Amino acid sequence: MSGTTIDHVARATPPKVARRIKGLSDRAIAWIFVAPTIFLLLAINIFPLLWTIYLSFTNYRANRPNAEVSWIGTRNYERILGDADIWLTMQATAHFLFWTLVLQVLIGFTLAWLINQKFKGNDLWTTIIVLPMMLSPAVVGNFWTFLYQPQIGLFNYVVAFLTGADPTSFSMIGDVSLAPWAIVIVDTWMWTPFVMLICLAGLRSIPDSIYEAAECDRASKWRQFWTITVPMVLPFLMLAVLFRGIENFKMFDLVVQLTGGGPGNTTTLTSIDLKREAFEKWRTGYSSAYAIILFVTVFGLASIYVKALNKVKER
Amino acid sequence: MSGYSVTEPSSTQKWVAGVLVIGYALVTLLPLMWILATGFKSSADSIAYPPKVTFQPTLEGYVNLFTTQTRQTPEYLEAHPPQTWYEEIVHGKGMVIAGPSRFGERFMNSVIIGFGSTFLSVFLGTLAAYAFSRYRIPLKDDLLFFILSTRMMPPIAVAIPIFLMFRNLGLSDTHTGMILLYTAVNLSLSVWLLKGFIDEIPREYEEAALIDGYTRFQAFIKVVLPQAATGIAATAIFCLIFAWNEYAFAVLLTSGTAQTAPPFIPTIIGNGGQDWPAVAAGATLFLLPVMVFTILLRKHLLRGITFGAVRK
Repeated sequence: MSGTTIDHVARATPPKVARRIKGLSDRAIAWIFVAPTIFLLLAINIFPLLWTIYLSFTNYRANRPNAEVSWIGTRNYERILGDADIWLTMQATAHFLFWTLVLQVLIGFTLAWLINQKFKGNDLWTTIIVLPMMLSPAVVGNFWTFLYQPQIGLFNYVVAFLTGADPTSFSMIGDVSLAPWAIVIVDTWMWTPFVMLICLAGLRSIPDSIYEAAECDRASKWRQFWTITVPMVLPFLMLAVLFRGIENFKMFDLVVQLTGGGPGNTTTLTSIDLKREAFEKWRTGYSSAYAIILFVTVFGLASIYVKALNKVKER
Repeated sequence: MSGYSVTEPSSTQKWVAGVLVIGYALVTLLPLMWILATGFKSSADSIAYPPKVTFQPTLEGYVNLFTTQTRQTPEYLEAHPPQTWYEEIVHGKGMVIAGPSRFGERFMNSVIIGFGSTFLSVFLGTLAAYAFSRYRIPLKDDLLFFILSTRMMPPIAVAIPIFLMFRNLGLSDTHTGMILLYTAVNLSLSVWLLKGFIDEIPREYEEAALIDGYTRFQAFIKVVLPQAATGIAATAIFCLIFAWNEYAFAVLLTSGTAQTAPPFIPTIIGNGGQDWPAVAAGATLFLLPVMVFTILLRKHLLRGITFGAVRK
């Protein structure tokens, strides 16, 4: 998209049209510009949300559109909160969230710090590291099941080569104790670059003059790192954690392709569980309540977190 | 940036950092290179132990990806000698080509839905972002937050009512439905990113244009749009990549005519189990455009990711 094309289009606008628009007030233009966006978001985001809230109080089933729908109050909510399986799902999600965040923050920050040493060609290598996060998680996740195959899989082969273990002795996605780590590894491979880029933006926002001043005060490099670099990057890092946290709480595509929630229910994250309830068991009312609970959880946690983030920023 | 600086890392430090980063990059690249390589392997080579790094390249995977095949008797095969190179590959396995596979269609669906929704979300997003950036709109901050919060819903949660709504409106499994849906999902990102870009354009430019007798609308088209072109392009690429990669809505709301490639590629199966060379071939064709884009446009993209995030 170059400036000249747009100039050309603008010149081609017939004067008649332009004159008609001239009559519009600023206020009218503002509303004409915003209205389509608001309308579309109302139609495809807010209206469905309200509908979900309504459905969550009913026993509606989408695969029986003609059956009578009855209002059952908060029974769906009571059932969900009292269901032990849902708490297991939440535990699987918490494990996934915790470890992906820890690993991505550690590796992402380290990489950003290394890249910020400004060695030659760092921008090309940065781009190569970024590649996985630009790709389709479903397609990539599906291919990782191949890499994770015992014996023929590349991952098992490399691990066996490095550790001396037998490559057929472990199955990353077939083993109950390994599967939760299999999804953590792929997610970390895919999304560490995101944390890295945000940390890099943070590192680059620190003015050189601060380090120069510290140098004048004879602060050691170690001390400079902990008293300048880390606190200045912290708000950026926390923002990266917020985005990754929200995304991974919603995680569906990558994990459903990798493990499908198994073996057993060991990698059944909330989104996968919700999908089963809504689109396999067709318990629409029940899963609507489930969806609302998830939304409130994300929204609540995110709001608390943003408050903490603002406090860090103020310091 | 010349001369001695206390903040400049020493050359040893740079060297060590470079080696570590390049090492990580190569490990990260390995699965992607493996996809590329597997696409050119024969079925036997793809599942060989130990995994084969060198192999005789073949286009078998690509032929399997684009065709459906049936097994035939040796007599039939002898009576119908292969006419083309791809028929020859299939013949070698004792099969004949029965027709084209669905991959082409699915890929085109991805193109249509991806570009359609990108155009719409950037178009609407630019208008809204301009209005939010330049005008006093009642409840502006609330509206902006509302626009952003629509991204916090898990896609599956949104999919339940959308599924019902599309069923009632006859939009299930249609291009229009998917384009509208992806547009709505992308709009929040597009408005936020573009507002950032437009905020950076000095108002004085437009004011000068207004004094020269332009209308507001002309000033928007002739002054603001060209200035925001880079930002608009970067936003468009983000929207396109999202729509291109999206899986959850696609798998729940489409099944035939409007199904995109991501739900389709994992379902490619051969005789007895997943046909990995064909899957890898499909994945290569699907992922490669994004990789090339990312490398070519790295300056704008990398800035875009952090820019959008840091601004929010």
